[in-house]
Amino acid sequence: MLKKPGDASTLKLSLWRRGMNQAANGFAIGAAVLVIVPLMAIFIYLLIKGVGALNWAFLTQTPKPVGEAGGGMANAIVGSGVILGIASVIGIPMGIGCGIYLAEYGRDRFGDLVRFTADVLNGVPSIVIGIAVYSLIVLRQKHFSAFSGGIALSVMMISTVARATEEMLLMVPNNVREAALGLGIPKWRTTLSISLRTASAGVITGCMLAFARVAGETAPLLFTAFGNQYWNRNPNQPTAALPLQIFTYAISPFDEWHKQAWAGALILIVMIVAAVAAVRITTSRGSLKGAS
Amino acid sequence: MSDSVDPMNSPDPVEQTHGPMTGIPALAQAVSERKTGVASSVLQRIRDTQPRSSRLPDATFRVLILLTAASVFAIVVFVVWELVDKSRLSLHQFGIGFFFGHNWDPVNGDFGAMPFIFGTLVSSFLALLLAVPLSVGVAVYVTEMCPIRLRAIISFLVELLAAIPSVIYGLWAIFVLAPLLRDYVEPFLAKTLGWTGFFSGPMYGLGMLAAGIILAIMIVPIIASITREVLTAVPQNQREAVLALGATRWEMIRMGVLRNARIGIVGGVILGLGRALGETMAVTMVIGNRPEVAKSLFAPGYTMASVIANEFSEATGDLYLSALVEIGLALFIVTLIVNALARLLVWSITGGTTGRARA
Repeated sequence: MLKKPGDASTLKLSLWRRGMNQAANGFAIGAAVLVIVPLMAIFIYLLIKGVGALNWAFLTQTPKPVGEAGGGMANAIVGSGVILGIASVIGIPMGIGCGIYLAEYGRDRFGDLVRFTADVLNGVPSIVIGIAVYSLIVLRQKHFSAFSGGIALSVMMISTVARATEEMLLMVPNNVREAALGLGIPKWRTTLSISLRTASAGVITGCMLAFARVAGETAPLLFTAFGNQYWNRNPNQPTAALPLQIFTYAISPFDEWHKQAWAGALILIVMIVAAVAAVRITTSRGSLKGAS
Repeated sequence: MSDSVDPMNSPDPVEQTHGPMTGIPALAQAVSERKTGVASSVLQRIRDTQPRSSRLPDATFRVLILLTAASVFAIVVFVVWELVDKSRLSLHQFGIGFFFGHNWDPVNGDFGAMPFIFGTLVSSFLALLLAVPLSVGVAVYVTEMCPIRLRAIISFLVELLAAIPSVIYGLWAIFVLAPLLRDYVEPFLAKTLGWTGFFSGPMYGLGMLAAGIILAIMIVPIIASITREVLTAVPQNQREAVLALGATRWEMIRMGVLRNARIGIVGGVILGLGRALGETMAVTMVIGNRPEVAKSLFAPGYTMASVIANEFSEATGDLYLSALVEIGLALFIVTLIVNALARLLVWSITGGTTGRARA
């Protein structure tokens, strides 16, 4: 026996379905807004608080003692540059070399092993890498140094650079390699001047992303570079770094230092966003990404 | 690493990258041979006809490249060895009880990691609870709903969220988020949900809740970008088929898209969990840093990563240092398992091409 067939129940169902559809739409839009809001809030606060505290002295002076106004983070900015320089000089060639191996030679079980360990390395918490580098270098040398900080960051760059290089090299068509080899160019030359060059836009993207990722890293520097309140031109000594300085100032109880932390954060984020934007521009312009 | 590849050491490149695709092995092999056999044999023949003078440089290059690849492996082995070696003292002293001990007393040399494990787990799961619906919502919005012009903008903004350093999240959380929580959110929660016991006690702003929220903001981009990738991998005709049956858009998303993509989404969520577990700076700055196990989310806590960050360079005595390294070792093992699991799940959907998801 049919119970009240027709309009009422179908209308109810369709109302329910329409309602669910609207609710889902609303939820998705709401989620997008909720994700964008913190981002906006962070940038707005960085701009308001950071620009207010930013001045010429901040960029040219070293930190003043507590209680004295003024002073800056010049030594930390330069120190960050030194540490990131060391990290890039070690991490990028090693990452590219590893990527070349994975793409051009690593089709065996050892290649799979390296691929797996590169992924493991990518997932290791940065603080754990800090511990390892601490016991390798700092404990043996018995002092903190920019050098050990650079090594810690380079370890974090390798896997990103390696996987990007591998991916990009695999996109280079085999005909390109065959053509080069057919002209009598040795394999190593083919790999470096032909394949790697064809893939260069993508590889550079990978390097910039890795750079941007480690530029803000603080945890591994806590007990490798350690930080320094003064100028230091010897990379074998404790060195200030921008993220470290921001951390120290942010958790301090002094208003003056809080302002400086905001200004430092603004500088750091401008550097990183510039790197990411540069990547965006090069990849959107470069047709090399697909290497067709 | 494709565990799925046959154990016989296959020399065929394409088969390894794409994985076995069919249930008929013989046919699969024939097809893949036809696809790549030509290319690789031509390369091999060209290589054989290279002049002798290029053999030595080629061999040198090969060895050099092999060395860089091997050093990546060596680094991971070294990290593990160093962690085990340095934590040996604490491993011997406390054994497995280390992970259940509630005392953290450097003065008397009594160490137990329970408060830190508790803090890490609670803050990470709180973060997942908040981040998963948001990230899936954003991913669905970007792939299924929003106008094409907005799509690129939102993706870029979410990507930007991933580029902000952890220490800046921490700075923002201390000076903006924590006062907001203390003055508005926590009183409201205490009034409405205080009876559950999770939202009670003094309201500092800083504490477990703040840590969970800031972690959630930090892992949204990871989960969202992977979910988006997985959703894009769902074939278009799935959507068309469900729509053709008269489904609304939500029903299409639910039945045609999300159901197909659920394994990949779970993979992305686990990857986000891996990041949350190991996250150090932002959490250290807002969690309050007090080693205790409290029921209330308003109470301060402590995580495994932040105790290392705070106390490692000041640790006096070998046992203290060793206990901290053992926490690091535990953190390493847990994140290793979590990440491996996530990769396997994501790869089973997207076919193993996503190397840059975390960058």
